[in-house]
Amino acid sequence: MHHADRHKRPPEWGLTMPSFGWMTLFFLIPSVLIFLIAFRPALPNGGIGEGWSLSAVKSLFDPSYPLVIWRTIWVSAICTTLCLGLGVPVAYYIARLPETKRRWVLLLIILPFWSNFLIRILAWQTLLHSEGPLKQLLEFLRVMDPHTTLLYNVWVVLTVLVYTELPFAILPIYAAAEKFDFSLLDAARDLGASQFRAFWTVFLPGIKRGLLTALLVVLIPAFGTYAITDLVGGTQAEMIGNVIARRVLSDKNYPQASALSAALCLVILTPMLIALFTQRRQNGGAAK
Amino acid sequence: MKRSSAPAWTTVLVIVFFYIPTLTLIIQSFNSAKYGGGWQGFTLDWYRKLMHEREVWRAVQNSLWIAAYSTLGATTLGTLGAWMLNRYKSKLQSAHYTLMYAPLMVPEILMGISLLMFFVNLGIPLGLPTIILAHITFCVSYVCFTVMGRLQDFDDSLIHAAQDLGAQWPTIIWKILLPLLGPGILAGALLAFTLSIDDFVITFFTSGPGSTTLPVYIYSAIKKGSLATINALSVLMMLVTFTIVLVSNHFINHKKT
Repeated sequence: MHHADRHKRPPEWGLTMPSFGWMTLFFLIPSVLIFLIAFRPALPNGGIGEGWSLSAVKSLFDPSYPLVIWRTIWVSAICTTLCLGLGVPVAYYIARLPETKRRWVLLLIILPFWSNFLIRILAWQTLLHSEGPLKQLLEFLRVMDPHTTLLYNVWVVLTVLVYTELPFAILPIYAAAEKFDFSLLDAARDLGASQFRAFWTVFLPGIKRGLLTALLVVLIPAFGTYAITDLVGGTQAEMIGNVIARRVLSDKNYPQASALSAALCLVILTPMLIALFTQRRQNGGAAK
Repeated sequence: MKRSSAPAWTTVLVIVFFYIPTLTLIIQSFNSAKYGGGWQGFTLDWYRKLMHEREVWRAVQNSLWIAAYSTLGATTLGTLGAWMLNRYKSKLQSAHYTLMYAPLMVPEILMGISLLMFFVNLGIPLGLPTIILAHITFCVSYVCFTVMGRLQDFDDSLIHAAQDLGAQWPTIIWKILLPLLGPGILAGALLAFTLSIDDFVITFFTSGPGSTTLPVYIYSAIKKGSLATINALSVLMMLVTFTIVLVSNHFINHKKT
C-alpha cells in the first residue's frame, strides 16, 4: 500500500463546508444584502419595495447626519485614546508585579465585567441619577445646581464607553507587556535615557502588537455604540448606531437603515484595508 | 534607580473607577427608596417582588434555551472549522479564515441589522429560532479561534500512529481528538455560552414578540424606569456569574499545579 494512501486525509471540501457555508449564509450574504437594500425604495408603511431607487442613498446627505457622524468619530477617537492612555500604565504596572499578586490584580480588574453589559450601564444610571449618590453629594457641596442633571449628555456617554471598553484594552496590552523584557528598560536608563524616553522609545515599540489589538478592540465597538447612548445619552448625544436603530424600529424604513449601515461599514473597513495593504507591502507580500 | 509611581496610582484609580458604579448598584438594591434617592433604610422587598415577576423567569428560560442551542451549534461548527483551518493551507482555507475572522471586525449593531434584513427579506418570522441562528453566527468565530489556539500544540503523528494501528476515523475522534482537544473545546463552548447569555444588541434586532431574553428584559425595564427590582435582579445575576467565574478559576488553577 502507498504511504500517502494509508494516511488518508479527510476530504477537505466536505468538512470545510459546514462552517464555510454557515458563515457565507448568515454573515456574508446578509452583509452584502444591506448594500443591495440601500438601493431599494422604501414603502410608505414600512418595508422594502420593488425595483431600484436612489432615495435611501440620497438620504445619507440629510443635513442632520454630518453632526451625528462627526460625533460618532470624535467620541470613538477620544474613547480609544483614553483607553490606550490608561491601559498602558495599568498593563505596565501589572506586568511588573510578582507572579502571585498579578493574578489577583487581573481578577480584580476583570471581575466587574463579568456582569451583563446592560447592568453596567444601569449601574452608571443609578450612580448619576438625579436622586443618586453622586448628584446629592455635588449638591451638598454646592458644586452643582439642583435643577441640572448629570445624565443625558455626550460626556456621560464617553465615560460609560471608556468604562465598558477599558478592560478590553488592558488585557491585550498586558498580554504584550508580560512578554516584554524589562531589563531593556534598565539598560536604556544605564545608557543615559530619561525614564520618559526609555518608556517612549523602548517600552511602547516593544508592545506594539498589543497596542494595535487594543486599538481595534476598542475602536470597532465604539463606532457601533447604540445601547449606551440610548440609555444614558439622550437625543443630544446620538451616534450613528442610534439613527440606524430608529430607522429600523420606529420608521421601519429598511432601505435608509441599510444605507446608513453600509456607510458605517465602509467607514470601518476603509482604514482597516489600508492598514492591511500597507502591512502587506512592508512584509513584501510574504506574510499572510 | 527609582521607578515612577504613576503606573501604580493609575491602576488604583482605574480599579476605583471600575467598582464605584457596581457598588452603588448593590447598595441601592437594598435601599427602600423606590427611585434610589437617599438611603431610606434596608429592605429585601425588591428581591421578594422579583421572585413574583413571571416575566423575569420566562426571560431567564428563553436565555438559557438560546444559550444551550447556540453553544451546541457554534461549538460544533467552530471546532470543525478550526480543525480544517489548522490542517490545510489552501486557497479555500484562506477564504475560510477571512469568513471566520471578519465577524470579529464588525460592530454588533451592523451584524444585528444585516441579519434582520436577511430574515425580513426571506419572510422568516422573528422569534427564538432567529435569535439562535444569529447567536450561532457570532459565536462560531470565537469558538474557532479559541480551539485553534490549542490545536497549534497538537501532534499530528498521533493520528498517523493510530491509523497505522488500524483505527478508523470515528475511533480516532472519540479516543484521541476529543480527550486531547477537550479542554480547548470546553473553553470555546464556555465562551460561546457566556457570549450568548450576555448579548443584547444582536438579540434585540433579531427577536420578536414572546422571545424576550434576560438582557432584552433588563433593557425594557430600564427604559420604563422600573429600576428597583432590576437592581435586585442585577445583583443576583452578578452573584451567579461571580460564583461561576471563581469556581472555574479555582479548578483551572488546581489543574495547573
